[in-house]
Amino acid sequence: MPDQLSLTPRQREDLRTVAGMIVPASDEYKVPGADDAAIQADILATLGRDTKLVAAALDHLADLAGGPLAELDADRRDAVALVLRKHGGVAAATLVRVVLQCYYRDDRVLRSLGLELRAPFPRGHVLPDGDWSLLDPVKARGGTLRRAP
Amino acid sequence: MKDPVDVLIIGAGASGAAVAWSLAETKMHILCLEQGGWMNPAEYPSTGRDWEAKFYGEWSSSPNVRGRPEDYPVNDDNSPIKVVNYNAVGGSTVMYTAHWPRLHPSDFKVKTLDGVADDWPIDYDALTPFFEENDKMMGTSGLSGDPLSPLTHPPMPQQPMGLTGAIFGKAMNKLGWHWWPSDTTVATMDYEGRARCINLGHCTPACAQGAKSSTDITYWPHAIRAGVELRTHCRVREITTDENGMASGVVYYDKDGVEQFQPAHVVIIACNGVGTPRLLLNSASSRFPNGLANSSGLVGKNLMFHPYAQIYGYVKEPTDSNRAPPTCLWSKEWYDTDLSRGFVRGYGVQFVRGAGPVFEAVVSEQKGILPWGDDHHRVFRKLNGHRLGFSAICEDLPEEHNQVTLDPVLKDSHGIPAPKIDYTISENSRKMMEHALARGREVLETAGATDICINSPIPWGGWHLLGTARMGTDPARSVVNEWGRTHDVKNLFIVDGSIFVTSGGVNPTSTIQALALYIADQMKQRLANLFD
Repeated sequence: MPDQLSLTPRQREDLRTVAGMIVPASDEYKVPGADDAAIQADILATLGRDTKLVAAALDHLADLAGGPLAELDADRRDAVALVLRKHGGVAAATLVRVVLQCYYRDDRVLRSLGLELRAPFPRGHVLPDGDWSLLDPVKARGGTLRRAP
Repeated sequence: MKDPVDVLIIGAGASGAAVAWSLAETKMHILCLEQGGWMNPAEYPSTGRDWEAKFYGEWSSSPNVRGRPEDYPVNDDNSPIKVVNYNAVGGSTVMYTAHWPRLHPSDFKVKTLDGVADDWPIDYDALTPFFEENDKMMGTSGLSGDPLSPLTHPPMPQQPMGLTGAIFGKAMNKLGWHWWPSDTTVATMDYEGRARCINLGHCTPACAQGAKSSTDITYWPHAIRAGVELRTHCRVREITTDENGMASGVVYYDKDGVEQFQPAHVVIIACNGVGTPRLLLNSASSRFPNGLANSSGLVGKNLMFHPYAQIYGYVKEPTDSNRAPPTCLWSKEWYDTDLSRGFVRGYGVQFVRGAGPVFEAVVSEQKGILPWGDDHHRVFRKLNGHRLGFSAICEDLPEEHNQVTLDPVLKDSHGIPAPKIDYTISENSRKMMEHALARGREVLETAGATDICINSPIPWGGWHLLGTARMGTDPARSVVNEWGRTHDVKNLFIVDGSIFVTSGGVNPTSTIQALALYIADQMKQRLANLFD
């Protein structure tokens, strides 16, 4: 596994390409893809302890592609991605996870999902108390605790 | 040379805090050494927009992933269930689901009732007053009167049913199966200086509101006011003994990494079912070559995890997802033995409200139900905010080959040998898990769920660390006696989950703390002849 503190330009380019394959932009849902510049910047800024595994996954990807991922045709790219997902192990899972965890905290994405753009604390959320008469059949059925001698 | 203390407690988590508070009224000099520090709620995940990402790093439930200086590594490669814990003042109560069932009366007599494992040397009634006392101290919420659970008296009303609870309640009613609002340690009203729950979301990794009970905000302030001394960032390496075979104190590393010796008249271990055997085995000496208090050979043996069988799916209507504490209801429908099911003993169920968007995306992609490419967005919108979860907590029976030993290579940051776990899921547990998954599928399908997925066992589900220094009256078959004193060392006590004889099918923290209070009470009653 490479002992890297940051990604090389080549790795960054492949990261951008594969991120766009995982989550492409959508006009229908009015969301950017995970290859969006702001999302890529977030990924790179917060890689931290995941850097080595992500670098390893990208190196694996480069080996499979035999060159920059973006230069492959679509079918070949998909085939390479499929192999990475099947055989990439923890490194590939980490790569996908860092893409998704940054994508699903982007303001534009959360807005499209109808989610609020804030931390849970301090406002929290409101929950319906619910209809506790649903418990009536359970109460009516009753039951007994198993006895201990 | 430091002055000796009367009582030295190792570990400031669930049981260490309870025993410290209870013993404080004796006015003895009580010192607790804790390898972690005080928590700062302003830094808890829910205070930031990146709250979910933190669960994969510094707020992972796995000490191996977290790797904080306060953590010690665990070699759990030879176990399908990985150890999870937290090391700080409050221990793993900082990072738990706050689900608060108790062992049932029948759980203490499994040999008599079902012919398996062993009976406990104490019964449920012995713990009843301590369950009640602990519920007040921890501050529980719930609805009294569950016909299939021991009677409890939560001082606060139950959590809201929410959207998920209503879906599950209706499905369980259609099937004619038992369900009930869970007792939890989530404050549903302002309680003893704690603010009520405002539904920050998944509160397993600590509650910034302080609504979820953890012993750093419940027992410890009381214990410290009563005179207990708590020394943080102090990692105990070994318990020392004198020429009479009595515990004489502990060797520990202080916050600066400097080795210290603290003499003590009584030592109490409260380090959980992995940390406690690790410490006892690391305390081997010429007098105790197999580890301290280990004449039975059972220190570290009989590890019980509670294999979790989890099944979940997605409904069309919205669920609570991340907008509430994760658990709201339980079921005891399959708790007691019914041999027609093909296994002995049983399991409790906790119904899970849902997940946040990052967790949903990551897990669903891993499960293969969330595709890459153009269809990603449509599928994600079908999944996110629509999850229902059914988790069975399967009773794990004690088996000696499931064990904690010392790793010959792996060490913590102070060079202390780390624990090694060897664990397999028994055939009985596997059958129980299959049964639970089948029932869970029925429940989910009755609720209209599709895209059903399984985690069985939950791999990062080793929350409950039990049985590795079991309680009993026979010194050849147990490590501590019926009031928590080790058979071999008469001033050494254990109060954590390692003394469980059997595991029951419920989250154990309530019972662990009741046991700690019970042992403290036994000690107080016997102060004049504690070492006889």
